[in-house]
Amino acid sequence: MSVNTPIYLDYSATTPVDPRVAEKMIPYLTEHFGNPASRSHVFGWTAEKAVETAREQVAALVNADPKEIVWTSGATESNNLAIKGAAHFYASSKGRHIITVATEHKAVIDPVRELERQGFEATFLEPEPNGLVNLEKFKAALRPDTVLASVMFVNNEIGVIQDIPAIGALCRANGTLFHVDAAQATGKVDIDLEKLPVDLMSFSAHKTYGPKGIGALYVRRKPRVRLEAQMHGGGHERGFRSGTLPTHQIVGMGEAFRIAREEMALENARIRRLRDKLWAGLSEIEEVYLNGDLKQRVPHNLNVSFNFVEGESLIMAVKDIAVSSGSACTSASLEPSYVLRALGRSDELAHSSIRFSIGRNTTEEEIDYTVALLKAKIGKLRELSPLWEMFQEGIDLNKVEWAAH
Amino acid sequence: MTAAAVYFDHNATTALDPRVLAAMLPALQIAQGNPTSRHSYGRSARHAIDHAREQVAAAVGAHPSQVIFTSGGTESDNFAIQGIAAAQTPAQLIVSSIEHPAVSRPAMALQGRGWKVASIRAGNDGKIQLDKLESALKQKTALVSVMMANNETGVLQDIPAIAGLARQHVALLHTDAVQALGKIALDFHASGVHAMSLSGHKIGGPQGVGALVIDKRVDLRPLLYGGGQEKGLRSGTENIAAIVGFGLACELAVRELEARSKHCRSLRERLETGLQSLGAVIFGREAERLPNTSFFAFPDIEGETLVMALDRKGYAVASGSACSSDSTEPSHVLMAMGIAPGIARGAVRVSFGHTNTGAEVDGLLAVLQEELSRMKRLAAIAV
Repeated sequence: MSVNTPIYLDYSATTPVDPRVAEKMIPYLTEHFGNPASRSHVFGWTAEKAVETAREQVAALVNADPKEIVWTSGATESNNLAIKGAAHFYASSKGRHIITVATEHKAVIDPVRELERQGFEATFLEPEPNGLVNLEKFKAALRPDTVLASVMFVNNEIGVIQDIPAIGALCRANGTLFHVDAAQATGKVDIDLEKLPVDLMSFSAHKTYGPKGIGALYVRRKPRVRLEAQMHGGGHERGFRSGTLPTHQIVGMGEAFRIAREEMALENARIRRLRDKLWAGLSEIEEVYLNGDLKQRVPHNLNVSFNFVEGESLIMAVKDIAVSSGSACTSASLEPSYVLRALGRSDELAHSSIRFSIGRNTTEEEIDYTVALLKAKIGKLRELSPLWEMFQEGIDLNKVEWAAH
Repeated sequence: MTAAAVYFDHNATTALDPRVLAAMLPALQIAQGNPTSRHSYGRSARHAIDHAREQVAAAVGAHPSQVIFTSGGTESDNFAIQGIAAAQTPAQLIVSSIEHPAVSRPAMALQGRGWKVASIRAGNDGKIQLDKLESALKQKTALVSVMMANNETGVLQDIPAIAGLARQHVALLHTDAVQALGKIALDFHASGVHAMSLSGHKIGGPQGVGALVIDKRVDLRPLLYGGGQEKGLRSGTENIAAIVGFGLACELAVRELEARSKHCRSLRERLETGLQSLGAVIFGREAERLPNTSFFAFPDIEGETLVMALDRKGYAVASGSACSSDSTEPSHVLMAMGIAPGIARGAVRVSFGHTNTGAEVDGLLAVLQEELSRMKRLAAIAV
């Protein structure tokens, strides 16, 4: 079996830059180095032209008007700009209540928390055990003074796809602005902003085989959405976001999104086959649980909990594969994933979970290797586990009285 | 594109140093993990960032723990001003009247949140008037922001004196050092400054990266909230390739500072000798300036028009700063210096890089002479 270890199965954390993207970027790191805002010479004009082409490419993937695309330094900044920018602009006219979901990325939750510190009120909706937002509960949470709701398209940890059209329609009916973090969605699900009732949408390049450090925010023009800028200065991006535009980064994002648009359908079919094979293999192991709805999820993601296996030992045991337990952005801490806890998973199950995320370079051999590895390691770890022994003997662990020492 | 175009707009942006490109390419061409991930792909990315942080810190006389990576100079300025203000009860902010909009605009925006903003005039020489600063400081001031070197005139401010005044009045001092880095020596530790903004693309590094260097004792709130990167102060997946490029660019710029600044200074002298014999007014000449910058005007010659003519002849220069080259207003920096609007409208900026040559300067002077006589002839006919 010819695989290179560690096998990269962490595409939801970041993706390698597609070689075609790197190739497009390099001229803008070398000869075409001009500042796109320099209006007085050809160095600047060349850079500006490349920026506008890339803007069209990003807009094309999501069926938006290029004028609706604002460049940022990444999805974290897009989320901050959308949430803080809209809340502050519309607070006096629409209200100071915000709705979001407990399973959002920290780049949404933390700006919302910051707004709470500034005097806004926030509702953090709990999802259903399958990770999906309940539309009745969402509707019930909407108030006359709800200025903004933020719900991510695709969850980074469990891969579930929210019903954005339905949630957006509820927001529209209530006069509430709707922001969607689509960092994990581009290239994986169809996005049509002409049809979707969405006012603001965040994009990331490095989750879609583009470079790190560049993203975008879709800001609807019909009807026009306004924002309070967060980065003030030279007035770039029509005042939405000041700062010299990094041409090579933007060219990279444009090319990555162009490739996504052209190859998405075929690529997703291939990835779905690989995922199905992985799940078929893993579900042969006893006491294995899938986190998040099986149908309403992107094919790239499989988040699995392995019962009766200690979490840290599990991650140590599978060093041959590069995966995540919890999301990348918070895997420095030893706390169980807040997303899995929000689904109702116990601390132990949340701890002993692995997020497998498949991508452009994943091969069938790598999937076979992974299945074999997990079967072997889980088996070994359970041999060492007294809890597993008890479970096998039919003891109901919930009824045991544990003695303190 | 004119193959022979000469680039004289280094204060707007610089070409990537080939050595920096070589350092960056692996991050673009080989799988790089998310630095927060705990597997080996993540760890190698983390290691690259740590090394770059040391390089930046060493280049500016700071400790690595004082360096926060951002997406560039504008973000660093916004971060410093908004982040320091958010940690304090609204009082007074003092900014100089010659700041880049990336400082003055976030400061102005704070007026809506209860802050009072005082603006300090500059003299004809481009230096801010210290007596005016001192009297403004009599009001309780949280933060003073004065740029180390101006992007248009190149004039250097007396940062030690300003730091002394700030300290006396218990105010924090921020400086936008975006244009200063790589052109003059920086020593954060010795400067008395509490916060300093840096940018990569002015020193042969990539666009899209910068840093805020900050004294750890300063209470700073984040501008970007999220996954907790940069010790919670600046969330967002790190742009490894750009950070690696920035680190090396800082190291090279400082290592080669003396040679580069000497070379640029001699080019500038050569240019300004020629400019004077053509009758130009040179702004900020009496003050100490960055070695590479020359900001000048010819009486009765519109700067925009001259710049366009120079571009047609293959010379890339600027009128005012790139960031505001959209507008036809005269430079706010010259206005703040008390220069008459008529002459300010003629402003042209030439900013050298270490790859420019004496022959290129001579070429520019020859073309300038031609264009000036042509424009004067046209003006005479038009009467």
